[in-house]
Amino acid sequence: MDTKHNFQTYIAPLLGILVFLVIWQIGAPRIQTSLGAVPGPVQVAGQFGQLVNEHWTERTKAKEFYQRQEERNAQKLAEDPQAEVKIRPYTGRKTFFDQILTSLVTVMVGFILAALIAIPLGIAAGLSPTIYAALNPLIQLFKPVSPLAWLPIVTMIVSAVYSGNDPMLDKSFINSAITVLLCCLWPTLINTTVGVANISPDLQNVSKVLRLNRWTYIRKIVLPSAIPMIFTGLRLSLGIAWMVLIAAEMLAQNPGLGKFVWDEFQNGSSDSLGRIMVAVLVIGLIGFALDRGMLMLQRKVSWDKSAALR
Amino acid sequence: MTQEKEHLILSQVSIDFPTPQGSFRALNKVNLKISKGEFVSIIGHSGCGKSTVLNIVAGLYQATEGGVILDGREVNQPGPERAVVFQNHSLLPWLSAYENVELAVKQVFRGKKSRAEMKDWIMHNLKLVHMDHAMHKRPAEISGGMKQRVGIARALAMEPQVLLLDEPFGALDALTRAHLQDSMMEIQANLGNTVIMITHDVDEAVLLSDRIVMMSNGPAATVGEILEVKLPRPRNRVAMAEDPEYIRCRQAVLRFLYERHGRAEKAEQPTVVTAETPASSATESSVAASEEPAAVGAAVIEMKKKQPKAA
Repeated sequence: MDTKHNFQTYIAPLLGILVFLVIWQIGAPRIQTSLGAVPGPVQVAGQFGQLVNEHWTERTKAKEFYQRQEERNAQKLAEDPQAEVKIRPYTGRKTFFDQILTSLVTVMVGFILAALIAIPLGIAAGLSPTIYAALNPLIQLFKPVSPLAWLPIVTMIVSAVYSGNDPMLDKSFINSAITVLLCCLWPTLINTTVGVANISPDLQNVSKVLRLNRWTYIRKIVLPSAIPMIFTGLRLSLGIAWMVLIAAEMLAQNPGLGKFVWDEFQNGSSDSLGRIMVAVLVIGLIGFALDRGMLMLQRKVSWDKSAALR
Repeated sequence: MTQEKEHLILSQVSIDFPTPQGSFRALNKVNLKISKGEFVSIIGHSGCGKSTVLNIVAGLYQATEGGVILDGREVNQPGPERAVVFQNHSLLPWLSAYENVELAVKQVFRGKKSRAEMKDWIMHNLKLVHMDHAMHKRPAEISGGMKQRVGIARALAMEPQVLLLDEPFGALDALTRAHLQDSMMEIQANLGNTVIMITHDVDEAVLLSDRIVMMSNGPAATVGEILEVKLPRPRNRVAMAEDPEYIRCRQAVLRFLYERHGRAEKAEQPTVVTAETPASSATESSVAASEEPAAVGAAVIEMKKKQPKAA
């Protein structure tokens, strides 16, 4: 029994990964593309190492740049205290890891905004059949729309509405975040609605007997009992948000992972396929990590510790 | 005295439920007067609408005709002065026993009691049902009987004018049920609450009640007979088993249920649903009608089995 359990929790997953790597290593070199053979896991690991190196080289360059700038300014001030010193930001290339950070920030902004809209709206729709009836056709209509369809519209609207000489946020960032928002709104909205609408009639009766006012009812009964469903929705939404983001970044040229993949594809060097593969694996790992993060949050927030958390 | 006599009045209470086949009369002209401090049980086969009566008194259902008057005022919405103990406890699963009672106390006594007084009052009610030792446990961590105790504490904490019990011990095992029945008698002896209890358990009805209201079968169910239980209190279930008055009452109820309104196979099943929906009661009655002779036969056998136990 114990050995079987050990086998299932540790050995079987490792075996699965191993078999996958072997097939990949054997199969990949047999496929020739215009950029050379498809890289196997060993080459991809090499590319990852190179990306790490590039990152540190770039960091050192930036450090040196700021050091030089500081020295130069100090010298200038020493010669002439009235001299105007210019402090310029370092404009070097964004490394792979900078791009991961940009992607994470973008996806979280889009996702959190979506949650802030979807949860209250879902509660309203769950409580009132009228609001639900009004929202339902819109939800059904917009839910299946691909992010690639939203993006041009979002881009046009953002450039029309959000203008100024020195915008605080990059337009490409806003476009990507809004596209993420539009695509990941729906699972949270639908699940919150269902969770709220399915509050046990017994608890509704309790609140009637206690004459709880609307706000107390929502706070004390609706929210806690819908929490497991809300989290189910949030986890689905976050998964979709991450998937959508990569596509949105490719098109919007937001300097994140999507742009990294696109640039490598356009770049067309012999390393490109390997670097794209690194990006694919990192995208997968981050998606997995985001889901685990939501799970941990759910464990912390939800009262229902017995609920199957998968 | 007349004032006391008219604490709670159900006058010509009828209710229709809409169904796809047209409106369905579940209750027809239910009349009942309950005095202060009285313990009244409503007994009947499942589907006869006894829970519907309770829900109308609670204000959760609106009578189609007639009405309920509590202390001279008509009841037309739910409220804490008619606290309900639901069959399946209905505790908020995310709150501890203490917090469940606290929710009710905060709601009812806001602005009337200080924070410390509320705390004392919550503790007092949890002690009353012997649940103070597990007050920080959540419903999932305590047994069915303990959950029901907390449910009773929550209802008592509202200081209700009428306590409504909807098959409160129906889902519990026999021993736990006996414990809770004893607790309920003790509490009622101390506080003198007016209580209406829905039950399908004949022994429970006789043991606890001052009067037993027997309901005829639906559709259009109504009060069939009212039996006064003239047993002195405090009542002891062991000594009671041989008391001639107890046996007389028990037999009167059994006779009403099984000889005059025989539907034995339904009565033996513990009802799990709190509110009988018109749809389910309609199907039940049609099933019962087709099986009538067999059902009456089963009832006679059931009675023969039970009688030696009581004697």
